[in-house]
Amino acid sequence: MEYEVKGTIYGINGPVVYVSGKTTFKMGEMVYVGEEKLIGEVISLTSEKTTIQVYEETSGLKPHAPVYSTGSAIFVTLAPGILNNIFDGIERPLDNIAKEKGIYITRGVSVDALDTKKKWDTHITVKKGEYLNAGSIIAEVQETNAIVHKCMLPPNVSGLVESVVSDGSYTINDTLLTIKTEQGVVIPVTMTQKWPIRTPRPVNKRFPANKPLITGQRILDSFFPIAKGGTAAIPGGFGTGKTMNQHQIAKWADADIIIYIGCGERGNEMTQVLEDFSKLIDPKSGNPLMDRTTLIANTSNMPVAAREASIYTGITLAEYYRDMGYHVAIMADSTSRWAEALRELSGRLEEMPAEEGFPAYLASRLAGFYERAGYCKTLNENEGSVSIIGAVSPQGGDFSEPVTQSTKRFVRCFWALDKSLAYARHFPAIHWLTSYSDYLLDLTPWYNENCSTDFVSNRNRLLAILNNESSLMEIVKLIGSDVLPDDQKLTLEIARVIRLGYLQQNAFHKDDTCVPLEKQNLMMRTILYLEEKAKSLIALGMPMRILKENDIFEKIIAIKYDIPNDKLEMFDDYTKLIDNWYNDIMNKNA
Amino acid sequence: MAIEYLGLSEIKGPLVALENVKNASYDEMVEFTLDNDPDRKLGRIIEVYEDKAIIQVFEGSENMSLLNTHTRLLGKPLSIGLSPDILGRTFNGIGKPIDGMGNLIPDVVRDVNGMPLNPVKREYPRNYIRTGISAIDGLTTLIRGQKLPIFSGNGMPHNELAAQIVKQASISDNTENKSEDEELVIVFGAMGVNHDVAEYFKKTFEESGVSDHVVMFLNLANDPVVERLVTPRVSLTTAEYLAFDLGKHVLCILTDMTSFAEALREVSSSKGEIPSRKGYPGYLYSELATIYERAGIVTDSTGSVTQIPILTMPNDDITHPIPDLTGYITEGQIVLDRVLNGASIYPPINVLPSLSRLMKDGIGAEYTREDHQDVANQLFASYAKVGEARALASVIGEDELSDIDKKYLAFGKAFEEKFVGQRSDENRTIIETLDLGWKLLHILPKNELDRINTEILKKYYDNYTADFE
Repeated sequence: MEYEVKGTIYGINGPVVYVSGKTTFKMGEMVYVGEEKLIGEVISLTSEKTTIQVYEETSGLKPHAPVYSTGSAIFVTLAPGILNNIFDGIERPLDNIAKEKGIYITRGVSVDALDTKKKWDTHITVKKGEYLNAGSIIAEVQETNAIVHKCMLPPNVSGLVESVVSDGSYTINDTLLTIKTEQGVVIPVTMTQKWPIRTPRPVNKRFPANKPLITGQRILDSFFPIAKGGTAAIPGGFGTGKTMNQHQIAKWADADIIIYIGCGERGNEMTQVLEDFSKLIDPKSGNPLMDRTTLIANTSNMPVAAREASIYTGITLAEYYRDMGYHVAIMADSTSRWAEALRELSGRLEEMPAEEGFPAYLASRLAGFYERAGYCKTLNENEGSVSIIGAVSPQGGDFSEPVTQSTKRFVRCFWALDKSLAYARHFPAIHWLTSYSDYLLDLTPWYNENCSTDFVSNRNRLLAILNNESSLMEIVKLIGSDVLPDDQKLTLEIARVIRLGYLQQNAFHKDDTCVPLEKQNLMMRTILYLEEKAKSLIALGMPMRILKENDIFEKIIAIKYDIPNDKLEMFDDYTKLIDNWYNDIMNKNA
Repeated sequence: MAIEYLGLSEIKGPLVALENVKNASYDEMVEFTLDNDPDRKLGRIIEVYEDKAIIQVFEGSENMSLLNTHTRLLGKPLSIGLSPDILGRTFNGIGKPIDGMGNLIPDVVRDVNGMPLNPVKREYPRNYIRTGISAIDGLTTLIRGQKLPIFSGNGMPHNELAAQIVKQASISDNTENKSEDEELVIVFGAMGVNHDVAEYFKKTFEESGVSDHVVMFLNLANDPVVERLVTPRVSLTTAEYLAFDLGKHVLCILTDMTSFAEALREVSSSKGEIPSRKGYPGYLYSELATIYERAGIVTDSTGSVTQIPILTMPNDDITHPIPDLTGYITEGQIVLDRVLNGASIYPPINVLPSLSRLMKDGIGAEYTREDHQDVANQLFASYAKVGEARALASVIGEDELSDIDKKYLAFGKAFEEKFVGQRSDENRTIIETLDLGWKLLHILPKNELDRINTEILKKYYDNYTADFE
């Protein structure tokens, strides 16, 4: 395509390029820079100069090289072919780049975002003469085995269907129908939509978040649940397991679609997700997990400006699938790298820094991102949601730094990872005392209705024991645990059972990696039943020593491995086991 | 062909400005010649505005004046000529030979900046490298294609440790534990290290007879600071060539990354950039990432690049920006500890903050032994409890401890002395390391071993006793 040259390069400083003079570029416009047509975006305009951030390596650019105008803001292409794919930060498919350029990502690669040649079997769902509202579903395409892609009218087009093709095979650029708008304009409609990444896609209305996103991770589902359409942050220093947690959620969450954004993280990790998710089978649909997943990879050594954009690319793809009526979960790993990209660019622009060199608009950008989550009624009257789970990598593991603090203001779930837990290899290393979930109250009715009425109260009782343990540990640290009275020793012992048997979860164990809610509740009940029985023994004056003669505590800890997820009736045996243990002690010592 | 410009408009530290240039491009190399001086200096354009270029001078701006300097644009970014003959050679920090053996006749010329590897062309690293050091092999296993830095401090034996790894490292066979000594090629990049250290490594390489498959790039402490910014890139470009073009397994050792980061800060401040943490530029993360990410395995080649960067933590502070940002990019870290070093334990590896992220996929029945992960988890968990017992002992005295806490103290001592500690020429097999782990665990009561799978415990536990000959 031919583009108009609207200026020439004046200066180059890393990823920032200047065009001198008063130009006719628009704010936020996508431009092509230099002969190689590197992709860039206009980020500031003054009468003296235009500032452009370039999404590719700028080595070799020269002053006086042309800058081409595209006239549109930086956008993503939305059509079938997004799932089971891996893109860079500005939606260029890495597969195709590899086919063209080999093992390295070179500059000025021009590839289509989506395959324009592939013919999709299309089922048209509208008829000629029908009046269609903006965002209406016009056709269905089986995008992957797991997901039906619902092609929609763009959110700004509505009118009467003038002509329509019949079911058949079409590419994403074939015209499926024509719409005559109220102004009498006839618009051809294809499967493809283009949408600017920095603008949220419109919805009909937002609902309160009152359904949980079930992840199969015990500490999340029962202790600090996140709602569908909710937001959560996972902060933690390096090595505490942010990425591992994100992977686990991406694998097991009951969302329809997963968008995984690797933002400024390791290349090998993206490869791992790609390899694992292609092999792992989704237990619900029986298809590979990649069939419901899109990866956006901007590894830490890729250009920094594209890292800034990758977050927006990801959320726009998510909103698109939400509009079809799907529940989408976004993993953003890590938002700190994105914030650092903002800082780096802000520094190059010589803006006045606020805290720790971050720009003053950090908080408002974070807010703008997290606010794009939500449980919504879409324009076509379906229900869909976007949930955001963002990893935060605080500098030095210190949660008081600006990114963690600003994020905390905009998310309602805070899953704080703890270094000492990670050092002791307690995984997931989410600390039960510093984490919180604001959604618990909103979700309680759901748990009562769909799981069990004692779920939330069981959870509260376990958490109370852990809190109790923490205050007892203050004393133990000073005088040792031997001198504690027996009832307090019991609290420590039960807390140990909860920590080892309930909170610790083994991501590499076939049953333990994902645990259904029902089993979670039965486990909680069993632990509490043990506590109840043990308490009554202690009340009768039995010392802890006698209680521990039998290995009942170890058996309860091992429940997570010993009871398979599909044999929950085995819990009855454990209740009997506890009863026998109780009776034994009573018979021997009473 | 090329135009030569006479004179400069500004000299400030390692940066010079040149005006009225035509056709200068960003990141291009330039060559300076001075009147009455046969030597040439190299520089790199780091900013261009219309007809003005800001140039970073390698080899220092000493002797340059605004009038006597001739500048020639070279029209290409900094590159290095490579050929298989590079093995056994020694270069300075920007890739000029300093071993008196003349210039290399290059087969290929590569831009040292490299390019990001496409994640779809990467292969997830799975095969371990045996170092013969228990703390590493057993608990923070090094995997081929991994980047695993050593976090050290001044005065700690990180160089000895690196040298021992170089001497003993061998590529494991997938199923056989006794490995075939397939050749590992070593690329050694030194930034701002002193002569003694460089000499120490040279000697080590000679003594262990590996010199003919080592490539050295030396930027010594008194060499120009700006060169340091290039040394790791030159080293890694060489490593990538050896690995991905020639199909070799390359171990790249970069020391000391702290000097690299400090050089970056120096240049940044002379450019007048806005600093972020501790005066380091905001792009320190991106800069470090472009270095560390150049490790891995690709689908189209049999070779691999494994990186062991060494960095000295200023004031032993692991939250300092350099170790902190490094830890966020690399796949784990090996942390040396001053207290262990003070107790004469070599190598003084503190296993608790140490970690190998790729370990879980490169060990186990297929690679090492089925009990590896369990033993490692248990040793970590038990050793974490040793810390608690020691803290308690320092308050109430060792005598007042419960029996179980006393056992933990004994376990801690034995773990540090027998497992972590070893001679600097001791090369343990992976089986020896794991057996040692089981023996240590016998110091503790069986019911304390809560991280080991019941099956594994049944199969292995009784084969060992807690005696150390």
